[in-house]
Amino acid sequence: MRCMWPPSCGEDATVGAARYLPLAVVMMLAAASASARAETIQVMVDKLVFTPAEVSAKVGDTIEWINRDILTHTATVKGGMEVMIPVKKTVRLTLQKAEAIDYYCRFHPNMKGRITVSAP
Amino acid sequence: MSVRKYSLALVLALLGAATAAQAADKPTDPQIAHIAYTAGTIDVAAAKQAIAKSRNKVVVSFAKDMLRDHEAVNKQALALVGKLNVKPEDNATSRALSDAAGKTKASLAKLSGAAFDKAYVANEVAFHQQVNGALQTLLIPSASNPELKGLLETGLKIFQGHEQHAVHVAAELR
Repeated sequence: MRCMWPPSCGEDATVGAARYLPLAVVMMLAAASASARAETIQVMVDKLVFTPAEVSAKVGDTIEWINRDILTHTATVKGGMEVMIPVKKTVRLTLQKAEAIDYYCRFHPNMKGRITVSAP
Repeated sequence: MSVRKYSLALVLALLGAATAAQAADKPTDPQIAHIAYTAGTIDVAAAKQAIAKSRNKVVVSFAKDMLRDHEAVNKQALALVGKLNVKPEDNATSRALSDAAGKTKASLAKLSGAAFDKAYVANEVAFHQQVNGALQTLLIPSASNPELKGLLETGLKIFQGHEQHAVHVAAELR
């Protein structure tokens, strides 16, 4: 891995500090604005209900399922992805593309939810 | 077919009688715990029988769901009675449930293939209907400990889901 930041950088440490400082600031700003954009959306899983059942999100956002039940659940898309949501655990899924995700619990098919993912 | 109808009618009659008899005097928390645990154990046994006998993927998957959930609820129930220092107490309703379940299990054992699948699922619908009815009208209102009441309410939600799931599977088998 290349050295990115003085003073750990060897020979041209002083030159490097002056040269890379603006770049580092830009990168930090970029990181800050990216994290401000990406949201975490919580979905409670309690007494066999996803609440809210329908959420809207943007690509890059994270869905966080918080399972308060004594049972394991899943967020499963028919013929597609599956997220296991173990007993009393929180699991996260970062949304990769704009799409409508209709999911259900494979163990309790009455449990249904929808995530509408739009472009960032 | 006639075996199925007979066994179903028998279960319903016994459960109905048990519920009616119990309604006269409110069950105590130790009795409620015993009834709920017994009902769970019965469905676990039924699920194991179905997993062993059925070749139908939908039925086996449903039975596995029943096994997983009822074991989870019963584990929770055991932990709770331990914590509350309640000793589950045998009673007429528990005995009626066990007797009916024994007869159902025996009649199901004689069936195989699609006949077994249909009879098992039909019995699951009826059993969950009865247990949910008992939870709603008798067990939950009679429970005095709030934690026990809470677990029964959670159980009711779960078992209502099972009932709908069973109805759905029954429709698929038709």
